[in-house]
Amino acid sequence: MSLSLKINGQPVQVDVSPDTPLLWVLREHLDLKGPKFGCGVGSCGACTVIMNGNAMRSCITPVIAAVNMEVTTIEGLSEDGNHPLQVAWRELDVPQCGYCQAGQIMSAAALLQHTPRPTDEQINDAMNGNLCRCGTYVRIRAAIHKAADQANTAHSG
Amino acid sequence: MQLSRRHFLQFGALAVGGGLAIVLYDAPWSEILPFVDVFAAGGLSPRAFIQIHPNNTVTILSKDPEIGQGIRTSLPMIIADELDVDWSQVEVEQADLDQSIYGAQFAGGSMATPMNWDPLRTVGATGRRLMVLAAARRWGVAPADCTTSAGRVLYKSGNRSLTYGELASEVAKLPLPDASSITFKKPSEYHIIGKFTSGVDNFAITTGKPLFGIDVTVPGMLYAVIDKCPVFGGTVRHANLDEIRKMSGVRDAFVIAGDPHTNNPSIEPGVAIVADTWWQAQAARKSLKVDWDTTAESPTSPDQSTEIFNQKAAKLLPQQPAYDIRSYGDINSALGEPSTRVVEADYAYPFLAHATLEPMNTAAHYKDGKLEIWTQSQTPGDGRRLAAQALGISESDITVHMIRAGGGFGRRLRNEYVVEAAWVSRKVKAPVHVLWSREDDFSHDAYRPAGWHHLRAGLDSKGRVTAWSQHLVTFGEGKKTASSAGMGPGEFPAGRVANYQLGYSTIPLFLRTGPMRAPGANAYAFVGQSFLDEVAQAAGRDPLDVQLELLANSYNGGGDPHYPPERLAGVLRQVAEESGWRKRKSGNGQGMGIAAYACHLGFCAQVAHVSVDSQNRVRVHEAWSVADVGSQIVNPSAARAQVEGAIVDGMGQTLIAVDLKNGAVVQTNFPQYPLPRIHQTPKMNISFRITENSPTGLGEPALPPIIPAITNAIFAATGKRIRTLPMTNSGFSLA
Ligand code: FES
Ligand code: FES
Repeated sequence: MSLSLKINGQPVQVDVSPDTPLLWVLREHLDLKGPKFGCGVGSCGACTVIMNGNAMRSCITPVIAAVNMEVTTIEGLSEDGNHPLQVAWRELDVPQCGYCQAGQIMSAAALLQHTPRPTDEQINDAMNGNLCRCGTYVRIRAAIHKAADQANTAHSG
Repeated sequence: MQLSRRHFLQFGALAVGGGLAIVLYDAPWSEILPFVDVFAAGGLSPRAFIQIHPNNTVTILSKDPEIGQGIRTSLPMIIADELDVDWSQVEVEQADLDQSIYGAQFAGGSMATPMNWDPLRTVGATGRRLMVLAAARRWGVAPADCTTSAGRVLYKSGNRSLTYGELASEVAKLPLPDASSITFKKPSEYHIIGKFTSGVDNFAITTGKPLFGIDVTVPGMLYAVIDKCPVFGGTVRHANLDEIRKMSGVRDAFVIAGDPHTNNPSIEPGVAIVADTWWQAQAARKSLKVDWDTTAESPTSPDQSTEIFNQKAAKLLPQQPAYDIRSYGDINSALGEPSTRVVEADYAYPFLAHATLEPMNTAAHYKDGKLEIWTQSQTPGDGRRLAAQALGISESDITVHMIRAGGGFGRRLRNEYVVEAAWVSRKVKAPVHVLWSREDDFSHDAYRPAGWHHLRAGLDSKGRVTAWSQHLVTFGEGKKTASSAGMGPGEFPAGRVANYQLGYSTIPLFLRTGPMRAPGANAYAFVGQSFLDEVAQAAGRDPLDVQLELLANSYNGGGDPHYPPERLAGVLRQVAEESGWRKRKSGNGQGMGIAAYACHLGFCAQVAHVSVDSQNRVRVHEAWSVADVGSQIVNPSAARAQVEGAIVDGMGQTLIAVDLKNGAVVQTNFPQYPLPRIHQTPKMNISFRITENSPTGLGEPALPPIIPAITNAIFAATGKRIRTLPMTNSGFSLA
């Protein structure tokens, strides 16, 4: 079945069965390898993308549900890789193996869109669906705060 | 400069004598010796690791598998600093597998730093020396009048200078300098080593570039899933292959007869489904019907269950151990003395799965008798050997590309996914990427073995420990323990107490086991350091004092000679100081616990502060960690990251378990395996105790003590002793 999607601002056509999870359409049909496969059941967050402003687990989202939606993957988060979260992530050297981090950043990006200055509690609520098997959580929290500070300073200054 | 075979052989002896249960060490030393030989003969050319370009940028090859330990950053840092270039000039490239050039290439046992510290400093320093010699020759001056800085050679403090890039072509013609002319920098001269350095792949990671094994694509590549029997060793009687072959995208489906002996690392039995995309292969699998034969290996079925193992262990525990590990003094009379106070307890812990976030996978392309492999194996050399064996081709016909792994934790020391990819590629005559589902990953791991311990300790009237007896019930066949299921004669407090007995008994196991981050240590630290806490409690003493007192003792030749007790005492004292241990307040649902452990050449002591609510929900508020891994922290960012990760990992081990039922694993995905999340992560205070010892690794030593530090803290808070993991068995959970 031919479906029209909008991924990272670009309209694209894919010919797949409508129940194919969005994750595998992104990875195998559109060659976007940023979203990762970790569990396939929505419990690790490695596959997180943003759909119309909300963090979604693409492994349990049938591609048909993405039609008429704006889908953003880590590849489309910024033009040049310098979204405040991406910068903070590098400055604090957050990744260990790095496998979960695209999903972590996308969950954090959705959080900052709604809540530019999140509290620790709000970070917990937004991020506890994202598993980091390497245990980088202290730095993830610090990087979100840092990015929030920078983004807010940039906007106000 | 002493660099040498002896140096490596010393580690060799240590790795064997210290009982590190890393699969690699089971192999003959020939795996590692060629490196030593090449190196000692002066044949390890720095040119193999460094490429200096005319524009004065430098490519440094990273030799080992990157599994999240930061090795692609920290090993090149060592070379770059000794070479004396700026980090901004450096580009890191991943070396392919070629142990004749790079020496042993593996990730395991926290061995990368100790094994590479001297060799890679030599590589860098030799490069710098070559640059100086080339410049001195060009200028007709004495090498001693030349210095280096940021990739330039300077004559007499800078009135003439040449970049390394300008000298590179001349250097290529020089002979290797005499080893005696190579000098290392003093630590005060380091400008890269010891500095916070962000990982070299971080831009690619934060922008979602294809980087991991799972991201590898090769033109014309197909994807495969392999459905295996939930019961280890089950073989295929029949499968509805015709139906599967008709499904959308499916190119082929076939039975792999395989080898039902799970410990024989050839290919395992199963049904392979090959399709244009992985999702099509996986979707087709939902219609797959396999009639499994699980009779081939008789002990598989009902008695291979956690419940039955627990019953068997309960029978064995009070008996005498079947086999001795180390005994001296007179344990029975010591414990039988009327004046002796005896403390007695049983401890247990479950099987664990590694659960790396990136499931097992490998891409392979077999063509005209040659094989190309892209894998995240921790032991790519072993993967190549096994693939060669399984396909009946020569190792020299196999090229292995080492790809960044989404976590290792010891899981990727095994290589069955490498063999599978090679096998399926040959069968379907196309490049193939084999990818396991999360369920495959959970149900076909090589698990951290479960174990049970019966302990007795004797206390004299002054509350001093005079006797320690420990009976491990573990898995194995007779005297031979399963992988990572044995204990060594250096286990604390062996050699630190006057009367000692350590022995074991075995239960047959069909499930396969294997090393998991800090193998052995991750379980034995929980047992030993928790029991020590109870012993101290019974004596009415501070567990810190009891431990320090034991560490000052020496009986029967002492403990493991590779782990000087003063180093463990050093980190214990420091963590007590930093955490305010002596002034701690416990009770009313608040408590602190302390523990220490030495393994993988490192020494670590940790303190945890917890609170426990009325529903026994535990919150770990704060953790303190002090590690002694020698004289130099190579990359402070990565070093701290290893400790941060180990604290989270260890905290998780209070909650997770893999259970066996009728020969099959019960937990098959993350919802049943509650690894820690961000809201459970404590505040962390991490420091390093710098000592005059050669630098060693950190992937493992910081994990073992946090588990008993937490369970001891729970005791301090509640008076309830957790003797069985996961602590959910005793009604506790993490808030
Ligand atoms: S892969 Fe989607 S949540 Fe785990
Ligand atoms: S960095 Fe490895 S899983 Fe998060």
